[in-house]
Amino acid sequence: MTAMPLPASLPPGAAAAIEVRGLSKEYRRGVPVLRDVSIAFPDRGITAVIGPSGTGKSTLIRCINRLVEPTAGEILFHGRDITQLRRRELREMRRRIGMVFQEYNLVERLSVMENVLSGRLGYVTPLKAWLRKYPQADINAAFDLLDTVGLTAHANQRADALSGGQRQRVGIARAVMQQPELLLADEPTSSLDPKTSVEIMELLVSIAESRNIPVILNIHNVPLARRFAGHIIGMSGGKVVYNGPPEGLSDDYLKQIYGGEDWLE
Amino acid sequence: MNETAQSRPPAFQPNWPARIAWLVLAVYAVYAASILDVTWERFVTGIDHGIKFIGRMIPPDTEASKMQLLAKGLWESIEIAIIASALGIVLSLPIGLLAARNLMPAWVTWPMRLFIALCRSFHQVIVAILFVKAVGFGALAGILALTVASIGFVAKLFAEAIEEISLKQVEAIRATGAPFMNVITYGVMPQVLTRFVGFATYQVDSNLRNSTMVGIVGAGGIGGTMFAAFQKFDYDFLLTILLAIIAVIMVSEALQNWIKRLYQ
Repeated sequence: MTAMPLPASLPPGAAAAIEVRGLSKEYRRGVPVLRDVSIAFPDRGITAVIGPSGTGKSTLIRCINRLVEPTAGEILFHGRDITQLRRRELREMRRRIGMVFQEYNLVERLSVMENVLSGRLGYVTPLKAWLRKYPQADINAAFDLLDTVGLTAHANQRADALSGGQRQRVGIARAVMQQPELLLADEPTSSLDPKTSVEIMELLVSIAESRNIPVILNIHNVPLARRFAGHIIGMSGGKVVYNGPPEGLSDDYLKQIYGGEDWLE
Repeated sequence: MNETAQSRPPAFQPNWPARIAWLVLAVYAVYAASILDVTWERFVTGIDHGIKFIGRMIPPDTEASKMQLLAKGLWESIEIAIIASALGIVLSLPIGLLAARNLMPAWVTWPMRLFIALCRSFHQVIVAILFVKAVGFGALAGILALTVASIGFVAKLFAEAIEEISLKQVEAIRATGAPFMNVITYGVMPQVLTRFVGFATYQVDSNLRNSTMVGIVGAGGIGGTMFAAFQKFDYDFLLTILLAIIAVIMVSEALQNWIKRLYQ
């Protein structure tokens, strides 16, 4: 297969708010999951990372907030290299990056309100957090967010009493509660039914627009990615093979990303 | 259908090592019984003795001076149990946390696990003897002995409970940039709190029962009174003490259920 030219992702000269340079990750020595990945992410809208299972999409997303430690490379967030940050600096950086998870990762035994407010845990001292003494502004913001995601009536219910779609809304509210400058989402729709998946994607789009923050998510569902993302990164074998707008994602690229062609029929 | 049934291999393989182990165990039990002179005859004469013993216990002694003695001893036992439980449970929280291998580095968990193992090594009565020698007769020795036992039990099970939690919830809290203590109170504690309460209430119950016993070696509580009653052949007073202990344990059982319902 001949290498295809990568469409330009940014106008030349513009510095991206979030940029990955030469990123590699090996969980086991000599078995790279990410191979020298370089991407300048758009500053706004949804960027969808697509690719087959095990190709490093999740690893890429998790490297950005260092839930996974990169083996090599740089991750620039507003010009600062995240890979070099130590404890306190890293925590301060994480506060500015919200994250949504495939399996929601809510604290099951806490209430919806406690889960949403846990987005503020980077700013509240341990004693106050334990006593649930959050600033009134945070509590107001949490109620506003629950209104936005339509779960106000469930505020005092325990997280494990909710349905999958409701849980993911709480997960999104928790991430947005951080007032992030970047939202990461690791397979946010993979555990949800098709209708709920669309609703969750619509919610992410509206948050990206209303808060004017970039959202980087990885997703298995190519039609969903095309429909909602403003920018698509195609990965295969730990490398970027497509980086451009959804309109440019031709069947040839999809063949290169996923391999084979029978499934395209 | 018969044909396919015949052509299939057996669905369950015989587990020969396990069968042999069971057989060896049965043979050894019979052999050990013969060595220790466990015979039917001795059992029958034993029953005879037992009936006479129980006969001397009835009716229970409820004389006023005895009841005073009972109340004093029992109350001291309950105090020993409550203070030892409170101390042990409070100390078990940090110790258990530091011993959890999924949250702490090996150089922290190792000494902690060693300390817990040490607390578990000896029976409470042996620890009580050590403390009686160290701090003298009385309730303090009993409190210290049962505190050690509480740490051995609660901290060990608490650490194991933490090692079984879902790290996804912890990861989500870490991703918010929360400091370590907030990760513990939001990501870890909600997942293990009910189990911790379960261990703690069980330990209170266990301490109550054991606090009636440490007195036998002079570490305070009703045990001393009970031992004296034995030695003076005061079997009717002994029955009063036993009934009182049963009553205390039953009340504690009811209390435990109530507490567990509170922390669903």
